[in-house]
Amino acid sequence: MREFGRYVMFIGSLFVRRESFGTYYKLVLEECVQIGVNSAFLFILVSSFIGAVTTVQTAFNMVSPLIPRFVISQVVREMTVLELAPTVMALIYAGKIGSSMAGGIGTMRITEQIDALEVMGINSSSYLVLPKIIASMMMYPVLVIISGVCSLVGGYLIGQAIHIITPTEYVAGLRFAFNQQEIFVAVVKALVFAFLISSISSFKGYYTKGGALEVGIATTEAVTTSVIAILIADYFIVDLIL
Amino acid sequence: MIKIKDISKTFGDKMVLEGIDAEFEQGKTNLIIGSSGTGKSVLLKCIVGLIQPDQGLVFYDLRNFTEADKEMKSEIRREIGMLFQGGALFDSKNVEENVMFPLEVLTKMPLDEKRDRANDCLKRVGLENANKKAVSEISGGMKKRVGIARAIVNNPNYLFCDEPNSGLDPQTSILIDELIHEITHELNITTIVVTHDMNSVMGIGENIIFLYKGHKLWEGNSADITNSGVGELDDFVFANKVMSKMRGS
Repeated sequence: MREFGRYVMFIGSLFVRRESFGTYYKLVLEECVQIGVNSAFLFILVSSFIGAVTTVQTAFNMVSPLIPRFVISQVVREMTVLELAPTVMALIYAGKIGSSMAGGIGTMRITEQIDALEVMGINSSSYLVLPKIIASMMMYPVLVIISGVCSLVGGYLIGQAIHIITPTEYVAGLRFAFNQQEIFVAVVKALVFAFLISSISSFKGYYTKGGALEVGIATTEAVTTSVIAILIADYFIVDLIL
Repeated sequence: MIKIKDISKTFGDKMVLEGIDAEFEQGKTNLIIGSSGTGKSVLLKCIVGLIQPDQGLVFYDLRNFTEADKEMKSEIRREIGMLFQGGALFDSKNVEENVMFPLEVLTKMPLDEKRDRANDCLKRVGLENANKKAVSEISGGMKKRVGIARAIVNNPNYLFCDEPNSGLDPQTSILIDELIHEITHELNITTIVVTHDMNSVMGIGENIIFLYKGHKLWEGNSADITNSGVGELDDFVFANKVMSKMRGS
């Protein structure tokens, strides 16, 4: 609870003594490139393979001839939109971006770079962390949408390649009984997860004490705590909205 | 001028500073000396506000820094330049960008003006040709000089240096000391240097405070330090063989 209290106070500190809009604008753009553009390839690769594997495994499990083939792509769609794109990708995002944030800020702490900012009269938490959170909340939903599309395309391509499902059946399955609210849920999840990962990772890095070993520990803690927070938040979002 | 009154600080059960009073004069190189673990760096961090003292007050030209609100503290801090022990340069920026950084965040100067000012400061510390180098490409001594350039770029009224000579060879140490001393006189600023290097003490110490186990035991200048009559200070000063020989002669 004490740690949670510190986290809440840390979030509060981001919004006091802020720098000029221009300063944040530049930093947010830099973070967007770092977070979004540099992560896109990994997200496309992972989600395409997940979509392909989900298609193959669903087909493998559908042994009854009474079940139409288009159900395969319907299952892929449901899994992708509701869970694979926003949640599984969030776990990867925590591993890639969260660890990088915690490690970067932690290193700045132990090499006195954060002290240097404070001595200059700059609110170091706001200057370093707020752009990361804003950029995460801007870029992660975009990555989730890209992942969702790549996953469905991955499923489509593998379906054709190994003759599990025809293109017509696959598209029909994607469109069958589609509830648009699922997209809304996916975007809400993406926003919440982006906030949790970036803020928790920054928090862990910001309060690092000691040396290189402690930076490693902070990085591990950042990923672990982010993953737990994602899973808890995932349950509550689904429970509240769906 | 910086004045500190009755500064005390404990970490857990360990008392690190107890009842330190001192005055650091403008236009002079003020030194805080003592062996490792005597609380020098903690005192410096209490003065700049990186550590909150348990008790005591810090005044910057009669402005009460310790009890000031966040806005006031921020305002005073913008008049401070600080050289950290490891340089504390930003790895993501090159040398010129590091020096320009305080101007970028704290002023609305046009970019060309900021660049000129940064390069003037780099020239002042003898690094006019290193402005485009990455921080990882420069030596420890150069990092310290870049740190000094960054500290003075915003025309500070107060300059703090935490162990400016640590990890440097004797020649570079002297260069850094001279630079700090010259800048102090040139800009007529209040400079506080934390060090345990006797070369610095003898070379640039105009006002020296000796700390021992968290207490201030002696205050004076480099001319008086060898005959202070304080046993702990003598042990510190004459630990160095060259100084011991001086004592013998």
